[in-house]
Amino acid sequence: MAWQWFHRLGSPRWFYEKTQAWLPWLTAITLVLLVVGSIWGLAFAPADAKQGNSYRIIYIHVPAAFLALAGYYIMAISGAIGLIWKMKLPYMVMKSAAPIGAALTFVSLVTGSIWGKPTWGTWWEWDARITSMLILFFLYLGIMALQQAFHSRDTGDKASAILALVGTVNIPIIYKSVDWWYTLHQPATIKFVGESSIHPSMLYPLLIMVIAFYCFYALALLLYTRAEILRRESRTQWVNELVARQAGSVNHDIPVKGGSAV
Amino acid sequence: MHPVRKQRLIIVLFIVVFSSLAIGLMAYALRENINLFYPPSKIAAGEVPQNTRIRAGGCVKPGSVSRASDSLLVSFVITDGGADVPVTYSGILPDLFAEGEAAVVNGMINDAGVFEATEVLAKHDENYVPPEVAEAMKDKGEHQASCKGMTYDS
Amino acid sequence: MNFQFDSFASFIAMNGHGPFVWAAYGITFAVLAYLLASPLLQRRRFVREQARQQRIANRNPD
Repeated sequence: MAWQWFHRLGSPRWFYEKTQAWLPWLTAITLVLLVVGSIWGLAFAPADAKQGNSYRIIYIHVPAAFLALAGYYIMAISGAIGLIWKMKLPYMVMKSAAPIGAALTFVSLVTGSIWGKPTWGTWWEWDARITSMLILFFLYLGIMALQQAFHSRDTGDKASAILALVGTVNIPIIYKSVDWWYTLHQPATIKFVGESSIHPSMLYPLLIMVIAFYCFYALALLLYTRAEILRRESRTQWVNELVARQAGSVNHDIPVKGGSAV
Repeated sequence: MHPVRKQRLIIVLFIVVFSSLAIGLMAYALRENINLFYPPSKIAAGEVPQNTRIRAGGCVKPGSVSRASDSLLVSFVITDGGADVPVTYSGILPDLFAEGEAAVVNGMINDAGVFEATEVLAKHDENYVPPEVAEAMKDKGEHQASCKGMTYDS
Repeated sequence: MNFQFDSFASFIAMNGHGPFVWAAYGITFAVLAYLLASPLLQRRRFVREQARQQRIANRNPD
């Protein structure tokens, strides 16, 4: 029974039609959480005793870094499922996850650099945490480039899935780098075990922003995957019908006979 | 599970495990070079390269910071509990540089054993508290423990 | 939970950290907006292109 559900989930058409109804809800939740979390963090959370107001960058820096790492696992696991079951949809998810992960890694590098100047006194330092994050950025870019490097889309999918799997070793290295080596970057503030080392009045907006970024990630991944589904399934009848419906609702004066008549 | 799929699953696991192993061994071999700085006790024990630029990191010893009255010259001592290294620096210090806080200095050790820094970076900890709470903690003497968050042994 | 600043001007200035904080937030939200706009534009471009090809196919039935 479980396998049947699994295989239905692998159908691009089923996925496309199912996720249609989720989009407005997900958009609304994401926007509300982002607005509430940002305003809370920027204006209502107290300043830090040592860093003053510059610490407010944490409310975007930490969530972006979280999703840059979590998104890598989503991409690599999708690639693995694509390799093992040879299903179409996981490869589309994998391809969609790469630009989102690259953008979020970029955001965490840039916001970290902007935060570093007023606190550490430097924009950039080649310590283990920052360097391994830069490697993650290039991994994402490499996976995007490898996808395009082959004439056959199938070969591109397989090659980039293998690169994504090889790169997974970098994720625990990034996470533990501040504990394993002497770095300029401080250790983790939000701890999975034990008490977080941030005052509750500053923690609540941070948790809201982390949830907001998870919702944002889900939304962006859905949008990218849906666009990819249309491109890859462009020769199927259901996409042709969908295009005819969409184009017909925009341009009433141009009669469209195709699609269902074929 | 279909045997062909099972075989492909094993190949996927193989790729992950062996690439992790290879990169893990590489990181282990390079572990000294991956460290951004040397702790004072390694410097005192002579375990650091001579006559080259290195970074040292540790806690700025409370009461050790002295500034020249007519220039930007400042001297202080960094410590990791095991050993002290005296540092001199001429320039503007980062805002978060303070006694009892961690710092990373970049420069060379001269013949007198003084670290002549050309760059000083403040290393802040992972604790975030509002000013009132920090004030209250100070009264109880909890925040006096200098560089509490830093670990010096590894 | 209170507004942490005396005035709107001090909220913008953030005790001198304003340029850093606002630049970080500005860049982040620009990237997030791009991540939502990009797939929507891709989808629109795809539908327009496919509709054009359907019209060509309908005009020349062979």
